[in-house]
Amino acid sequence: MTDALNLLIGLVMGLNLVALASSRITSVISWIALQGLALGLMPLLIEGHHTWLVWPVAVATVALKGFLIPSLLRRAMRTVHIDREVRPLLGYVPSLLLGAATTIGAVALGAMMPLLPEHAHVLLAGGSFATASCGLLLMIVRSKAITQACGYLMLENGIYLFGLLLIGSTPLLVEAGILLDLTVAVFVIGIIVDRIQQEFDSLDTSVLTTLRE
Amino acid sequence: MMELILVLLPFAGAGLALIWRGRRTRPYLLPVVGVGHAVVTTLLLLSPAEVDAGAWISSDALTRAVLPLVSLLFLVCGFYAVAYLRVREDRDHRIFVAALLAMQGLLSLALQAQHLGLLWIAAEATTLATIPLLHFNGTARAFEATWKYLLIGGTGIALSLLGAFCLGYASLQGTGGGDLTFRALTGSASTFATPWLVAAWVLLLAGFGTKMGLVPMHTWKPDAYGEAPGVVGVLLAGGVTTMAFVALLRVKQVVDAGGGTEMTQRTLLLIGLFSMVVAALFLLGTRDFKRMLAYSSVEHMGILAVGAAAGGAGIAAALFHVWTNGLTKASLFLAAGNLRRAAGASTVGEVAGMAWRVPVTSRLFVVGLLAITAIPPFGPFASVMSVVRAIFATGQPVSAAVFLFAMLLSFIGLTRLVFAIVDGRPRTRARGTGPQFAEARGILVPPLLFLLGSLWFGVAVPEPIRRQWDLAVRMLMPPS
Repeated sequence: MTDALNLLIGLVMGLNLVALASSRITSVISWIALQGLALGLMPLLIEGHHTWLVWPVAVATVALKGFLIPSLLRRAMRTVHIDREVRPLLGYVPSLLLGAATTIGAVALGAMMPLLPEHAHVLLAGGSFATASCGLLLMIVRSKAITQACGYLMLENGIYLFGLLLIGSTPLLVEAGILLDLTVAVFVIGIIVDRIQQEFDSLDTSVLTTLRE
Repeated sequence: MMELILVLLPFAGAGLALIWRGRRTRPYLLPVVGVGHAVVTTLLLLSPAEVDAGAWISSDALTRAVLPLVSLLFLVCGFYAVAYLRVREDRDHRIFVAALLAMQGLLSLALQAQHLGLLWIAAEATTLATIPLLHFNGTARAFEATWKYLLIGGTGIALSLLGAFCLGYASLQGTGGGDLTFRALTGSASTFATPWLVAAWVLLLAGFGTKMGLVPMHTWKPDAYGEAPGVVGVLLAGGVTTMAFVALLRVKQVVDAGGGTEMTQRTLLLIGLFSMVVAALFLLGTRDFKRMLAYSSVEHMGILAVGAAAGGAGIAAALFHVWTNGLTKASLFLAAGNLRRAAGASTVGEVAGMAWRVPVTSRLFVVGLLAITAIPPFGPFASVMSVVRAIFATGQPVSAAVFLFAMLLSFIGLTRLVFAIVDGRPRTRARGTGPQFAEARGILVPPLLFLLGSLWFGVAVPEPIRRQWDLAVRMLMPPS
C-alpha cells in the first residue's frame, strides 16, 4: 500500500512541474484536475486508518478537486475567451527549473522532519511541502487570474496532502470545514473573475495597477 | 450558552437580512443585533462563567479582554451604517448588511474558539465574508482591491492551515494525541519535536500576520482600506486584526510552552519594528488619506507585535493598545468616509479646504489624528507609553529608540497629509460638482463617540476591562 501511495505522491509532484511548464491554460486546469483525482484516491491507501471516515473524504475530494472546481474554472475561461498565458512574468523553462529546485529542497526538508514510525517511509510530508511551494510559485510567476487561481488550488492540494497524515486524529469537523471553505473560495474567485472581466475587459491581473504608491 | 448566543444572534440577523423585503428598514437590523450583542457581552464581562476544560467554544480571559471592543465597534457602526446606507440609495445593500452581520458572528466565534481548527475555519470564513463588503462600491478600483485581498488573504490563511497541521502532527507525535484544543496543546507542548514547533510558528505567524497586516504581508491593506466604505474599514481595522492578534497570542502560548519563548519574542519584535519603520516611511510618501489610515494601521499592528514580544507587561500593554487603537482608528475611518463623500476624491491633489466645506467632520478628523499619533490625553498616548515602558523593562533600549523614531516619522507623515486636505482653499472640482454634502447627525455622532471613548481610555481605564487584561496575561504567561 505504501508503494502505491508513494507512486501517487510522485505523480502529484510530477504534475506540479508539468503545470508550471504548460502555456495553455486549459492544460493547466486539466493537470490540476488530474492531481485532484490522485489526491482523492490517497485516503483509501493510507495504512492503519480504515475508518468509515476515509470514504466520504475520498468521494468529496474526487468530486470537488477532480470535477467541480476544474469545470468552474473552465467555464470562467470560456466566458472570457482566453487560452494562453501570453506574457508570463517568468518564462516556462525557467519556472520549470525553479519548480524542480523547489521540489528537491522541499523533499529534503520533509526528510529532515521527525516523523512517526508509520509515516517514515511515506513521502507525504515532503510531497506536501513541494506541492504547496510549487503552488505559491505558480501564483507568483503567472499574471492571469485563472492561472493564479490554479496556483492557489495547488497550494491547497499541498496542504491536503499534509492533512492526510492527520486523518486518523483530526475530527471530522476540520476535514469538512476544509472542503467547504475550498469550494466557497473558488466560487467566490469565479465571481470575482467574472467581475474583473466585466470591468477591465481582460483577465490579466497586471492591468490591476491603479492602486499603488 | 451566552457564548453561543454571541455567535448565533448575528447569524440569525444575517439570515433575516437576506430575506428581508423592506429596503429602507433592512439596515436597522444592524443596530438591533448590535444592541443584543453588546448586552450579552456586558453580561459575560460582569459575570464570567467557568471555562469548561474540553470546550471548543468558551470565552476565557483573553476573549473577554477584547470581545467588548469588537462588540462596541459593531454597535456604534450599526447606527452609522443606517445613516450611511440612506445616503447610498444607489446601491443594493441586501448582501452588504447580511455580510456585515455574518462577519460579526464569525469574529465572535473566532475570538471564543478554544480549538485551533475551529479558529482557522472562523478566520477563513471571515476572509470570505469580507469580500462582498469590499466591492460594495462596485467600481473598477474596488474590484482590484478585492482581488488582491482575496489572493493575499487566501494565501495567508492557507499557510496558517499548514501551520495548524504541523502543530497537530507534533501533538500526535508527542503526548497530545492530535488534540487541537489550546488547553491540550499547551499542556503537552513540552513533548513536541522542535522542528515541527518552529515550522508551525513560522507558518502561523505568516498566516495570521497577513490577516493583521504586518510587513511584508501588508500589501492588501492600503487597497482594501482605501476602497471599502468607512464602516468596513472600522470592522477590518478594529475587529479582524484583533482576531488575528488574539490568534497569534494563543499560538504563541503553545510555542512558548514548548520552549520557544526566545524564538517567538525575537521574531515578533523584529517583524513589529520592521512593520513600524516601513509603515512610517510609506506615511511620509502617500497622497491618499484613506490609504494613509491603512499605513497607520500597519504601524499600530507593529506596535501590538512589539508589545507581545515584551513579556507579561508588554502583552497587557498590547491589549490596552488594541482598545485605544481600535476606538481612535474607528473615529478616523468614519470621519474619513464623510470627507471622501463630501470631496468626491481622496488624494491631496484633488482635496483641500475641507475645513470650509465640512467643518465638524474636519475637526473630528484633526483631533482623531492628534489622538492616533499619541498626543495626550487620548488613549493611544497611554497605551504606547506602557508598551515603551515594557520594552525598556526587558532591557532593549535600541529597540525602544527605533520604536520612538518610527512614531516620530509617522507623526510627520500624518500631520503633513491631514493639514494639506483640511486647510487651504476648497478646490474648484470639489466645490463645483455634486449636490452639497450635508453633515447629518447620524454620521457625526458615531465618530464623536469613538473619540470620546478614546479620551476615556486615556484618562481612566474602566476597572472591569483592565482586570480582564491582567487575567489574560496571567493565563498566557503562568508564573513559573
